[in-house]
Amino acid sequence: MRVGVFICHCGSNIAGTVDVARAAAELRKVPGVAFATNYMYTCSEPGQDEIKQAIKRENLDRIVVAACSPRMHELTFRRTIEKAGLNRYFLEMANIREHISWVGLDKEANTIKAIETIKMAVAKAMQNKPLYSSSFKINKRVLVIGGGVAGMQAALDCGDGGLEVVLVEKSPSVGGMMARLDKTFPTIDCSICILGPKMVDVAQHDKIKLYAYSEIEDIKGYVGNYEVKIRKKATYVDWTKCTGCGLCMEKCPSKNSYDYFNFGVAPTKAINIPFPQAIPKKAKIDPDFCRQFTKGKCGVCAKICPTGAINYEMQDEIVTEEVGAIVVASGYGLIDMDKFPEYGGGRYPDVITGIQYERLLNASGPTEGHIVRPSDHTEPKTVVFVSCAGSRDKSLGIPYCSNFCCMYIAKQAILTKDHIPDSQSYVFYMDIRSPGKGYDEFTRRAQEDYGAKYVRGRVSRIYPKGKKLVVLGADTLLGTQVEVEADLVVLATAVTAAPGAAQLAEKLHISYDTFGFYVESHPKLRPVETNTSGVFLAGAAQGPKDIPASVGQGSAAAAKVLALFSKDMLESDPAVAKVNENACVGCLKCKLTCPFGAIQEKELRGGKIVASVIETVCAGCGVCTSTCPCGAIQLSHFTDNQLLAEVNAICQK
Amino acid sequence: MAEKEYAYYAGCSLEGTAVEYDMSMRQVFKALGVSIVEPEDWSCCGSTPAHTVDRVFAAALAARNLTIIEKMGTGTVTVPCPSCLSVLKRAHLGMTGDESFRNEVNELLDEPYEGGVVPKSTLQVMLEDVGLDTIASKVTHALPGLVVAPYYGCILTRPPEIAQFDDPENPMSMDKILEAVGVKVADYAFKLECCGAAFGVPKRDMVNRLTYRVLSMALEAGANCIAVACPLCQQNLDLRQGQVNSTMNTSFNLPILYFSQIVGLTYGLSPKELGMDKLVVSADDIVRSRITIEELAQREANAKAAEAEAKAAEKLKKAKVKEEDTKTEET
Repeated sequence: MRVGVFICHCGSNIAGTVDVARAAAELRKVPGVAFATNYMYTCSEPGQDEIKQAIKRENLDRIVVAACSPRMHELTFRRTIEKAGLNRYFLEMANIREHISWVGLDKEANTIKAIETIKMAVAKAMQNKPLYSSSFKINKRVLVIGGGVAGMQAALDCGDGGLEVVLVEKSPSVGGMMARLDKTFPTIDCSICILGPKMVDVAQHDKIKLYAYSEIEDIKGYVGNYEVKIRKKATYVDWTKCTGCGLCMEKCPSKNSYDYFNFGVAPTKAINIPFPQAIPKKAKIDPDFCRQFTKGKCGVCAKICPTGAINYEMQDEIVTEEVGAIVVASGYGLIDMDKFPEYGGGRYPDVITGIQYERLLNASGPTEGHIVRPSDHTEPKTVVFVSCAGSRDKSLGIPYCSNFCCMYIAKQAILTKDHIPDSQSYVFYMDIRSPGKGYDEFTRRAQEDYGAKYVRGRVSRIYPKGKKLVVLGADTLLGTQVEVEADLVVLATAVTAAPGAAQLAEKLHISYDTFGFYVESHPKLRPVETNTSGVFLAGAAQGPKDIPASVGQGSAAAAKVLALFSKDMLESDPAVAKVNENACVGCLKCKLTCPFGAIQEKELRGGKIVASVIETVCAGCGVCTSTCPCGAIQLSHFTDNQLLAEVNAICQK
Repeated sequence: MAEKEYAYYAGCSLEGTAVEYDMSMRQVFKALGVSIVEPEDWSCCGSTPAHTVDRVFAAALAARNLTIIEKMGTGTVTVPCPSCLSVLKRAHLGMTGDESFRNEVNELLDEPYEGGVVPKSTLQVMLEDVGLDTIASKVTHALPGLVVAPYYGCILTRPPEIAQFDDPENPMSMDKILEAVGVKVADYAFKLECCGAAFGVPKRDMVNRLTYRVLSMALEAGANCIAVACPLCQQNLDLRQGQVNSTMNTSFNLPILYFSQIVGLTYGLSPKELGMDKLVVSADDIVRSRITIEELAQREANAKAAEAEAKAAEKLKKAKVKEEDTKTEET
């Protein structure tokens, strides 16, 4: 066996704190190493050529590249040696950058550690076996989870690209948060006027199948072949018959239902169509408030409905869809107001959230666009905006910035002045974060042209005094305390992960951070991919995001799906678990521990029961390997022998 | 409730400026069948002067008392003064949660504190151990016309990790106890707002302003009396009213009572026993307004009867008018 070792300087990244020439000299003495060299940038084109030429010239059959993390360039070098005629799994990488040169300053110690690490890789490489991918067919349909602006964009782009799309939205209408906004920054164009046509496109697109008021029940399978169970929640209205005429909503006697669409700004009816532009424009009964459900008698809507669409007996229904890729655009949530007792959140009716204020501003909102105080329906003259209500507050477990509040507060201050010319807005802020195109100019306009008074400081307390709310705060620029008697206070409550985000992530086998936001594959270079192949991210499910960024990600995720589906067959990763049927005793402990459901029971001729791995489902995590009591299940490319060879290489002395 | 014994750490204020808090608290506990024992040879709790300078020393001052109480074997110590309570609790929690801190503090003590004492405010003992039903059952008198603004002050419920009692931003314990004894409680937004007491010497202007706000917000809420559970709050709000009146051009005359004094009044205890004469702003009107609950019931019944009578008279009048109307029509 002839091993070639290529040690990369990575400029000064590695060579700065590791003596690479000495490491190469040391490696030449290792039995089995036929060739060892060091090079400035091994990943560069001449660097890769060097490897290819050395393979031919020195007749090498195993290659070790000592450089950066395999997450960075393993694929690069696998392709390199494959071009030179070697099996791609004959490559082994030693990570001497992230694990050594970047973390230690002692050059001597680093060099010794690098030499030992490379020796381990050599030992492993000599044990490497050739592995070959098999290919499998893919189902070119895509599931999009979430019908907000990001999900709709992904669905429309995939649909326009010729793919069949299944779009699942958990609320009764698509549109998401954007459908609730009044105007959008920094252009002040009407949100629903630009979103509405997109919603109609979704409804009318012949490639998009929309499941509204539905949730993901279960997901099985792997990239190219997912089986998705969708729960169609009972609406108690037969949507095939409902025409959206709204008669039921008019006549419903139960007037105090919580209005989820309007975030409780005003009550709605127990049977309702959430908003005039809703897609699908269908009615739905809220059984928590409907008298037929709470008191057992009413039936007004059933009597009044001209098409007989009401069905109080309706049950949830589970449907199954098969898809090959998934775009997750499940959006975000907002922190509860009762987390702010010092602001009277939830106790004082005139302390409201930013999204509730949007509904007050909106012409199709409960007040038809007239700004009034929820307590007494009078027009407020002094409005105080409190930014960072929860955001950047470690004590609430939210150290991050919610991204778009600074901008929407500026917009709401401008709109307040538009609606009520003799009003005065105050904005308490920590910093003004407006790093988008035209954004900073916009926040300046709110201050300079619309007279919003910006006070840099936090609000410490809000208390009612007569009909007013007294807002106490600090002005940290003037070093004084500020007291504003306000009529209405708007809290820019922090963005959180959507309710149920963690449960959905577990169904999808994707990772989420401590806050519940989904984790992308690489923060810069793979922003819409996840570490689970075939699952892509879009919008605020990955982190707080404004509309342009969400739309951008929706399109990006669609592009990724289209690229994935440009082939008819996919290659499977052969570094998966394999069962040695002679050694397997059929205890099936591996089946119980496999987090991916990749292990099946198999009966051999003669009746012996053994475990069997579904190669395409196996993710190569290795849990089964450490579970197996008799070492019968081995992870290809990471077998016990290969790992022990590495251990032996450093434990010789 | 079975009689339970508590250690009772009154602290220095309750021997001096807040002696009426001590008197009334002892009377109320007696009425409720809660027996309290004062620890022998108790000393300074370590509040304000010590804890601003040295955390370990302050804890040692507090822990000396905790050691004495621990030996009494009551398990719980009830503390009327929030400042004492905060320091005792801070020492207790610090020493039970952090071994190295405990060793540092015990180093300064003759006998070590083992962590066997639970400090509770008198408010907490009344609410959680005695219970609202028992508190209500002892009521013999009513205070009609009294509307109380319950003022908790800054440290009774905060910081929450030390106080571990009631809502840190909107406490309700005193509200509930006062309501249980039949007193009307105002919806008061300034329950926790700083009264300024701690700055009484160096920044009088500011304190006058802060005190003014606490008082005026109580009036605004419709109260004619403020209930407190803290000697410093009481002293500041009571004693400073004259100063506020002269500097802020106001005419406050708002009695500042300890919650225990109000409870005592409803239990029929004498004003003397409750130390009502120790207050600066006189509470004589409140005392004079006191009637027995039987009298109150009689009064309410009379009022109801009068109302019914008036209604009946009105009905009769209306009927008559109608009758006359029809008569005139007929003619």
